This record gives sequence, C-alpha cells and structure tokens, in this order.
Amino acid sequence: MTTHDMPQVSTGKVVSLDAETLSAKSVSLWKTTWRRFFKRKSALVGLVMLSILIFCAIFAEVIAPYDPLQVLIGVEPVKMRQAPCIHLLGCPQDQPQHLMGIDGNVRDQFSRIIYGSRLSLLVGFTTVSFAVVIGTVLGAVAGYLGGTVDNVIMRLMDVLLAFPSLLLAIAIVTILGPGLINALLAIGIVSIPAYARVVRSTVLTVREMEFIEASRSLGGGPFYILFSRLLPNSLTPLVVQATLGIATAILDAAALSFLGLGAIPPTPEWGTMLGAERNQVFTAPHLVFYPGLAIMFTVLAFNLIGDGLRDALDPRLAQSSK
Amino acid sequence: MVTYIIRRVISSLPVLLGILFVTFALGRLIPGDPCRAILGEKATDVVCDEFIRRHGLDKPIPTQFVIYIGEILRGDLGTSLRYGKPVTELIVERLPTTLELSLAAMTFAVLVGIPLGIISAVRHNSSIDIGTMVLANVGVSMPVFWLGLMLAYIFALLLKGTPLQLPPSGRLSPGTIVPPFYEVWGMEIAAQGVFSSLVVFLSRLNILNALLTARWDVMADAIRHLLLPAAAVGTIPLAIIARMTRSSMLDVLGQEYIRTARAKGARFRAVVLKHALRNALLPLVTIIGLSLGSFLGGAVLTETIFGLSGVGRILYDAITARDYGVVQSFTVVIAIFFVILNLIVDVSYVYLDPRVRLD
Repeated sequence: MTTHDMPQVSTGKVVSLDAETLSAKSVSLWKTTWRRFFKRKSALVGLVMLSILIFCAIFAEVIAPYDPLQVLIGVEPVKMRQAPCIHLLGCPQDQPQHLMGIDGNVRDQFSRIIYGSRLSLLVGFTTVSFAVVIGTVLGAVAGYLGGTVDNVIMRLMDVLLAFPSLLLAIAIVTILGPGLINALLAIGIVSIPAYARVVRSTVLTVREMEFIEASRSLGGGPFYILFSRLLPNSLTPLVVQATLGIATAILDAAALSFLGLGAIPPTPEWGTMLGAERNQVFTAPHLVFYPGLAIMFTVLAFNLIGDGLRDALDPRLAQSSK
Repeated sequence: MVTYIIRRVISSLPVLLGILFVTFALGRLIPGDPCRAILGEKATDVVCDEFIRRHGLDKPIPTQFVIYIGEILRGDLGTSLRYGKPVTELIVERLPTTLELSLAAMTFAVLVGIPLGIISAVRHNSSIDIGTMVLANVGVSMPVFWLGLMLAYIFALLLKGTPLQLPPSGRLSPGTIVPPFYEVWGMEIAAQGVFSSLVVFLSRLNILNALLTARWDVMADAIRHLLLPAAAVGTIPLAIIARMTRSSMLDVLGQEYIRTARAKGARFRAVVLKHALRNALLPLVTIIGLSLGSFLGGAVLTETIFGLSGVGRILYDAITARDYGVVQSFTVVIAIFFVILNLIVDVSYVYLDPRVRLD
C-alpha cells in the first residue's frame, strides 16, 4: 500500500469530523485519481491526442491554410481529386502545397479535416450532455422513488437497449428527416439508457445508507437529498461512462453521416466527406483515408482517456500496478 | 432449468411489446400523410383510401396498435415499394448473404481474438501483450465503413497481381454457376411450404451449398470473396474479444486452483489451456452472442461497400429511398432477433456455468 492511499491522519491530533476534514478528503480522492491516471501511459497518450484535437478546433482559422468551403477552381492550378502535394516529400516547390490533397469539389482537404474537428467534438459533447442530463434525471427518479415508477422507467430503458443502437438511430433519423441536428438527437436518445442505469444503480446502493437517513432526519427534503446527497455518488461512474460514450457517439454520428443521414454535404464533417467520396476509393484513396483516420484518432483519444479514468477510479485496482 | 427458460421468456415479453410500441410510434411520427409517406407521393386518393381502410388508419390509436401487432404476428411486414415484393420474402431471399457474412466475421474474430488474448495474458506486460492491446484499442476505434474501404483498396488494388489479391465485391466471381444442392441430389422441391423455403434458404448459403455439392473450386471462390468483408465486420468484435480474453485470463491465472494445478506438476501449457481457458471463456459467451446482433448494424455499413446484396443492403436502399415501411419492418425484425439472442445467451450462460444459481 502506498502512502497516498492511506487516510491523511496527522499523528498526535484528534481528527474531528467537521466539514473541512470531509472536504479535504474528497479532494484527496480526486488527487489520487489524477495521480493514478497520469501514471498510465495510454491515458496520457489519449490526453495528448485530445489536446491536439481541441487545439485544432479552437485555432482552425489559423491552422487551416484555406477556407473549408472555398472552391479552388481558377484560384490555383489544381485539379479535382488531385493527390496530396507535400513539399518535404518531393512535391515541386512551385506547386501549391496541399497536405491531404484536393477533394471532389476542388477544395483543400486538409483545411476541411481541421475544421471537421470542431464538428466532431461538438457532436460528442452535445449528444453525451443531452443523454447524461436526461439519463441522470430518469435514473435518479427511478432509483429514488422505486416501485411502479422505477419499473416503468427501467422497462422503457430495456426497450431502447433492445435495439442495436445504430439501427435505432437510423430509424429515428429516417423518420425525423436527415440533418445534423436530427442525427444528434437520435444518437442522444439512443444513449440515454446507459446513463440511466448507472445513476439508478448507485442511487439504489446509497439510498439505504445511514448518512441519507441522517440528512432526512435533519429535515432535508427529497430534492435536497437527491441532488446534494445521492447524485454526487454517481459522479465517478458517470464520468467514465460519458467519456467512453463520447467515443461511441462520434463513431455513430460519422456512420449516420456516411449513410447520408447526418450533416449535409458542403459541411466539413468527416463522415459526410467519407461518404461523398466512397466510390472514388480506387482512384483517389486519400479522400477516404484521411477523414477516416481523423475519426479514428478522435475516437481513440476518448477511448484511451475513458479506459484510463475507469482504471484510475476503480478502487479494486488501487493497489495493483496493472 | 425448464422453469427458468419459461420465466425468462415471459419476462422478455414486455420488452417485445415495448419494441412493437416504439416502432409503431415511429411509424405514426412520419411527418405528413402516412399513406403517401409509405406508398409514395404519386399514390392516388382511391389507392390511399383503400390503404387507410386496410390498415385501419382511420380508427383510434389503441385500435391501430392492436391491428399493427396482429399484422406483425401474422408475419405481414408490409410490401416494399422499390422491389414490389412482401418484406418477408425479401428477408428470406437476402438473409443468407448477411448470415454468411456474420458467421464468417464471427469465426474470424474468435479464431484470432481468443489466441491473441491468451498470449497477451500469459506473456503479461511483454511486447506482444502491449502490441496486442494497442491494436485492440485502435481496432475498437475504427469506423467499420472506413476499414472496409481501406481493405478493399489495399487488397484489390495495391496488392493486385500478388497472391494476396482479393476480390473487393460480390459473393462469387462473375460467371460462376452454382447449382443448388437439392438439384444436384435430385430432390423434388415443392413450390411453396416451410420445408422447401428452408431448403432454398440453405442452398443460398454459398459455402454450405458448395460443401454439400462437393464443388471445392466454388467454395474457395466464395471464401476468397468473404475474406475482406468478414475482416471489416469482424475487427471490432475481434478487438473486444482479445481484450476480454486477456483480462478474464489474467483474473483466472491469479487464482489458487491454478497455483494448485501447477504445484501438482501439471505443465504450464496444459494448465493454461485446460484449467484456465475454460473458466476464462465464460464471460466471452455474452460478448460473442451480443456482437452477433450488432453485426446486423455493421452489415448495413459494409454490404454496400462490398457490393453484397444482403439484408443490410436493402435497409440502406430503403433509407436512401425513404422507404419508411421497410425501415420500420426491419427495425422490428432485428430488434426481436436481438431480444431472442439475448435470451439464448442468458440461458446458455446458466447451462455453461454451474455457479449461476437459478433462484
């Protein structure tokens, strides 16, 4: 057992259980978590990858050499679907440099990929926030009230889980009509059950504990108990689930866009870009390769961070060096 | 055991009812006139009136729901506009392609994933282990459709002329004529009926048909055509299986009975393969069962890439043509299939693991 796993009890002093000690303890949980998280190389790699993506998304205007929607016909001597031209790799210096080539509408692919990071991160965060908020409320209500309410909510969640997630999302978007917002809504709805389950299960375990009873006997109302006593306990599993959920959401959104159900073509969205050029894979592989690589990079970043967080927050792994 | 199965079946009934309700609601949420949404913009008033009367769309919503359930139970999934055929007929016709692809992908994932997981666990923290885990992480992060396109590019174009060249589309080389096994065997097939449908269905599974008619050249051809799509669909499950096998093996290898077996003098290989593997594989049953269901989702994305006309292809065409009726019917069928698969996984788990108590 390492020292930081032990409760921080200073010798010779009586530890009083006042608010200050308690809050100091909760800080040390997160501190330990971060320390464990940073010890994992894969988690660090994920964090670096995510930083790169966020950097690209914020400074897209600065990084991207071209406007993502600008058609370069007449502006530069380039042809439709021209292969990448990188000066360092022997492309003649007098040619304009296009790191990832030119797409089917004579636009700079690199700029579009860079701008795509904005959309991808946005997709991940909005769908998961939506699902987390609704899932948390449903799970908390189900777990706290129990009985019929619990049964109705959780059976509904079971029904949603009974569909393969991508297929249900496809069905929802087909009905709502294609478009990025509808695709986000569909993916959000499909991922609600996972969060509802996580919250419900922690609420159920914590509900019967003595400190809840204490809160109640001190006059805490149901809302107070639910939001400031029960829900904070769901935070750790929720964080892990949400990080991994972002990865799935981005992958599903890309799939919907690939099928033509998500972002509408001129939008620089990776799945849409890939779907638009799918038939050119033999003649212009770079138009398929780079958007897919970008999707994989993003999804991998969130998967690595999610796995790292899960291991760091798992008390059973606290003492092992795995 | 029997009572457990019965109870488990009964407990999944509300979920099935819920699935029907969700798809029913989806069908009623189609914007605009349901008749023209399903039959197309060109439907005349007379046709629409007939359609509305036949499907009870003029009746109250609860009655409509009952009618809908009745239709599903009778196996009436509606008619596809594009193909002008009942949806059920389409499914029976196209399912063999998807089934063959799913089984091939599963075989690939299991045959590669489990050994990788075992090696990683046995050589914990070695370079093989780290490499496998890196690959597994990359594998679960790849979009299926991208992997499919890239595999097609690499194996059909870059490796053209080498022995590794693989066909990027279709199920068999053009011009290959495969007589169905029932004709080769001289079986008499009735035009209709469950048995003959089953026989025709089986004969459409190319590999099985080639095996039954001893056409080894056709079988090799079919397998060569299956390799790329199966690798694309199978990669994500492969990564998940490798990770699960590894962590499950690590758990089991740390247990006392493994040490006992080693102390008794059993060889390491025997302990790993006989004592540890059996227990480590238990959690995998769930994963394998559930990924079979998600293959159907992957099929939608891969079949179009590899020019396979399976169930996923119909769904894709239906999506692009806004053929709502077909999308709705397919969602029902696949969800029900998924529930049944879950049921089988649960039941087989009880059968495989004596520690699971049937309270």
